[in-house]
Amino acid sequence: MIKAILIFNNHGKPRLSKFYEHYSEDTEQQIIRETFHLVSKRDENVCNFLEGGMLIGGSENELIYRHYATLYFVFCVDSSESELGILDLIQVFVETLDKCFENVCELDLIFHVDKVHNILAEMVMGGMVLETNMNEIITQVDAQNKMEKSEAGIAGAPARAVSAVKNMNLPEMPRNINIGDISIKVPNLPSFK
Amino acid sequence: MALKIVKGSIDRMFDKNLQDLVRGIRNHKEDEAKYISTCIDEIKQELKQDNIAVKANAVCKLTYLQMLGYDVSWAAFNIVEVMSSSKFTYKRIGYLAASQCFHESTDVIMLTTNQIRKDLSSPNQYDTGVALTGLSCFVTPDLARDLANDIMTLMSHTKPYIRKKAVLIMYKVFLKYPESLRPAFPRLKEKLEDPDPGVQSAAVNVICELARRNPKNYLSLAPLFFKLMTSSTNNWVLIKIIKLFGALTPLEPRLGKKLIEPLTNLIHSTSAMSLLYECVNTVIAVLISLSSGMPNHSASIQVSLRSIQHYLGLLAMSKILKTHPKSVQSHKDLILQCLDDKDESIRLRALDLLYGMVSKKNLMEIVKKLMLHVDKAEGTTYRDELLTKIIDICSQSNYQYITNFEWYISILVELTRLEGTRHGHLIASQMLDVAIRVKAIRAFAVAQMATLLDNAHLLTGNTQRNGICEVLYAAAWICGEFSEHLEDPLSTLEAMLRPKVATLPGHIQAVYVQNAAKLFATVLRGQEGAPADRTVAQETSQLLIDRLPLFVQSANLEVQERASCILQLVKYIQKLQQKDVEVAEEVTALFAGELNPVAPKAQKKVPVPEGLDLDAWINEPPSESESEDEGRKPKGKAVFAKEESKHTKPRYTEVDEKELAKRREVRKAEQANNPFYIKASPSSQKVYQDGVGVEHIPVVQIDLSVPLKVPGMPMSDQYVKLEEERRQKDKADKKKKDKKKRREKGEKGRRRKGDSGPESEEDITPAHMVDITTEEMPENALPSDDDEKDPNDPHKKSSKHKKKKQKKEKEEKEKKKKKKHHHHHHHSDGAGDESVQNGNVEEEEPLPVSNQSSSIYSMCDIQGNLQDGSQVVVSVIFENKCDSFIKAMEFNVLDSLNSKLQRPEGAGPHDGLTVPFQLPPGISNEARFVFSVQSIVMPQKLKGTLTFIVKTDDSSTHEKLDFKLHFTCTSYLITTPCYSDAYAKLLESGDLKGSSLKLEGVSQPFHHLLARICFHHHFSVVERIGSCASMYSRSIQGHHVCLLVKTADQTVSIDAKCDEPGLLGNVLDEIKLTFSQC
Repeated sequence: MIKAILIFNNHGKPRLSKFYEHYSEDTEQQIIRETFHLVSKRDENVCNFLEGGMLIGGSENELIYRHYATLYFVFCVDSSESELGILDLIQVFVETLDKCFENVCELDLIFHVDKVHNILAEMVMGGMVLETNMNEIITQVDAQNKMEKSEAGIAGAPARAVSAVKNMNLPEMPRNINIGDISIKVPNLPSFK
Repeated sequence: MALKIVKGSIDRMFDKNLQDLVRGIRNHKEDEAKYISTCIDEIKQELKQDNIAVKANAVCKLTYLQMLGYDVSWAAFNIVEVMSSSKFTYKRIGYLAASQCFHESTDVIMLTTNQIRKDLSSPNQYDTGVALTGLSCFVTPDLARDLANDIMTLMSHTKPYIRKKAVLIMYKVFLKYPESLRPAFPRLKEKLEDPDPGVQSAAVNVICELARRNPKNYLSLAPLFFKLMTSSTNNWVLIKIIKLFGALTPLEPRLGKKLIEPLTNLIHSTSAMSLLYECVNTVIAVLISLSSGMPNHSASIQVSLRSIQHYLGLLAMSKILKTHPKSVQSHKDLILQCLDDKDESIRLRALDLLYGMVSKKNLMEIVKKLMLHVDKAEGTTYRDELLTKIIDICSQSNYQYITNFEWYISILVELTRLEGTRHGHLIASQMLDVAIRVKAIRAFAVAQMATLLDNAHLLTGNTQRNGICEVLYAAAWICGEFSEHLEDPLSTLEAMLRPKVATLPGHIQAVYVQNAAKLFATVLRGQEGAPADRTVAQETSQLLIDRLPLFVQSANLEVQERASCILQLVKYIQKLQQKDVEVAEEVTALFAGELNPVAPKAQKKVPVPEGLDLDAWINEPPSESESEDEGRKPKGKAVFAKEESKHTKPRYTEVDEKELAKRREVRKAEQANNPFYIKASPSSQKVYQDGVGVEHIPVVQIDLSVPLKVPGMPMSDQYVKLEEERRQKDKADKKKKDKKKRREKGEKGRRRKGDSGPESEEDITPAHMVDITTEEMPENALPSDDDEKDPNDPHKKSSKHKKKKQKKEKEEKEKKKKKKHHHHHHHSDGAGDESVQNGNVEEEEPLPVSNQSSSIYSMCDIQGNLQDGSQVVVSVIFENKCDSFIKAMEFNVLDSLNSKLQRPEGAGPHDGLTVPFQLPPGISNEARFVFSVQSIVMPQKLKGTLTFIVKTDDSSTHEKLDFKLHFTCTSYLITTPCYSDAYAKLLESGDLKGSSLKLEGVSQPFHHLLARICFHHHFSVVERIGSCASMYSRSIQGHHVCLLVKTADQTVSIDAKCDEPGLLGNVLDEIKLTFSQC
């Protein structure tokens, strides 16, 4: 079982948190902080597994993480999961994000956390791995997005226009700033078929 | 109608959506909380509107705020509203919010049952999918019960997308509503063969999770899984199945044989590391369950293990180690290499492995390697871990692997020089344990402990906050208890009564005082044999009478009580001595009797006193009639004794009996299998004492100028060599006397017996134990008091003190590392007498005080405060040198612009500070004063006065003493360890300004020179290569000071860099001064 999936940036700011067990909001924040603390002090070239923090079950659980440019992707899992399997899963997740957002960067995650949740929901459900095939995941996500668009239909048009205008006015949104390019450099890992 | 919708959406488009919220938060970095609270107010307004789109937007924003840690449970009902929207877009928002913040105690959840059921049966597969995803996060037992049937139907849905979600969620349903498992299981099993790989994978996932909880029930599925394993190409599924097999094989060994082949095929064919690793893991599990067929496979496995990431490889090895230690032991070198790994988790795993790998043969070697790692370890946690591991490894199974206890003691002594360790008490308890239980080692141990005591300042001075001083507790006790082995009890006694001892934690002082008395007894006995030396005995009494009042003043009650008790005793003895009465025997009798280790089974052997019925009530339980049993109530003493044993005895005996029997069996088996195990022999013990007698140990050649090193420490290496030689000799002997093998065996065994007392628990008789305790407790039943005691710890005091120690350590953490300020005239020789060693400075010009010349003498220590960059703590030791009582001391310093004495609130800037004690004649005590310092770049001198009242029998006079405090720049430096890479980075950064210094005619060896700089100027050596060394220190305000010291032909050049040139210049001047005086 996966106990939690956390994404935070190099400063520990949460970009996505998904807990498959219930914790109070305060505990969740503490867990994120603790995990960040554990993970961020590790060198780049050390292994990607470590014992979980005290708050999330200590040595019963393992933290498996990958660090991409500005973001940490951390999965907290119990002993039933395969460490390297989860590591591959993180890779699949990031590659899927990359496909869905077209060159994903930290800003995408910041502004579209809801979409990230939707993508994640197609991969992991209630702490169990639902799908590991990237194409299948993308197909489902696209189909749902299409539905969303068709529902918005004519009524959605003005809202989209306004949102586009808003984005134009603000200097931080344009992609060319490219604050945090996740930059996937590990293409040789799609070991799930 | 359409117009209305468009109008609504135009209204809405100026509402804040999620992106606007995020952007807003990013633009309000300073007042984020305030901004968010206004946003929440807006959201509350939006939630009140009828428009579902507005509500959905609000809920979407709430989901984001929930991630930031805001409680949004107040909006639970609105979330349910959004969930029930007919539009997929909103429904998805609603379910996402629900999955993030609903849990079992959310009460609106029961309102959702029907809505979810409706969604589950929706014609739109994505409505169903979203509902399933949401439900998987917040399913409750009620929901599970109500919806189990609906979900079960979905498991046979036409769309694979729904099927796989339905299959997966069943696991959650089983967890919440176990009754559903039985009816659902056949269908679940069916899904293992579903045509869609996604559904298959989901089914495998669920069954694997179920099987993990109870593998037995799923053995019947093994053939099915076996088929899947050979046919499936989905790595995730394969991993899951292989993991499942790993759990199943211990239950069904036949399965293992079948598995080996396909697994080996997979190992060779797969390119996915994850799959490879799981295969290897399972193969290991299989091999463990099969006892035969090991050798051929293990080789190939270990090759693949090495290619796998280290961490997991080590994990796997630890599994093999449990059953096949030999195959892992051959990888010792590999594992030792892992200790050098950058990754701490790998190093820790490797340590775990080492623990299981030691044998008598390689213990010394492994520990030697570990000691090297301790030296260069980064970070105290890892170093502490190493330390505990070393001790664990050595002490495991009752010191089974230690063949030479002198070596072990010297290892322990070496460990005491670790700075910043929390495990002082651990080392201490080991020292006590070994010294008590291994009789043959006592003489050696005592000699070592005496050196430790003599150099106590090295332990306490620099590391007071971290509890290494706990070893002094052990050292003092060992020296006292086994004082007959001491070569020079008098000097040890002197060392134990130094004024600096008063700064140690109370419980250690208490032990000091008590053992000082024991030493006193020894000294008396030693001296009175020779009447010519009677004066020495009297001087010793005088020494005690002089020094003990310091302890009588102690704030710690225990110390105070022991000290005053012993003081009176000594005074009485002194009187007798003056009358030329022989007292040695009587005094020795005070501490007569040997303390023996207590066997765990001792308790059981204590006879139950006659007439004591342990099962009888002392007082009848109130529910029963009171008159009934009154006659049987035991009376008087028996009541007490019985009460004691009642709650301790039964548990104690039972557990230990079993445990002991088990241990004995294990040991016997071990002995039978171990060709190196030979029974006791005193003869080879002799070999030892000839070879490594106390005189061979360089205890005498203490180089006091080298700080932080406990003398005699490089010895453990010698033992390794000696041990090797001895073994070789043994081997040669063995070859020669092949015939007499048996006899030799006997001899060796006898040595063991002598050398390692604890091995033979038989010679520890319970009778002793009863003897020991009778002092404190009446009758035989007393030992039951020891129930909490760890049977392996013969010295229960130490465990009692643990709590105290921890508390003390905490307190001490608040203090900072001690820094010593040295005044030049004390630098002349580092090996000078102790009080100077402690870095004390006689305050300048203790002006002769009018009529009572120099009635007070004081010394001070200036220490930087690590926690506060602007604070310096000055400890001053006041000693009353006159014959009168001194009281009402007031300490005052004229503040300069830069340095100010910190006075309590409300005190004026010129008020003095009252010294919180009074001084009887001849007594000294320490007080601390805090100064705040603004700039630390310049050395400074502060003028101050000490006023006090000298009280004689009939009059009292006010006195005044002027002094100067000299704050050198060195005293602002704090010894901080630095690692070479960090050091290199620092130098590269280019922030540092350089300066250099040349010293001519320095004749001392290079390491002395370094030691001197370390000691006097608080540097630490980063790296040393030949006659060149880099050193580092840090000021209390965080300035880095780097030195590069080179030496050639009596010329020393120091290149220095610091981010504060002024500070650097002054430090260099001070270093120069230090060396100009030697």
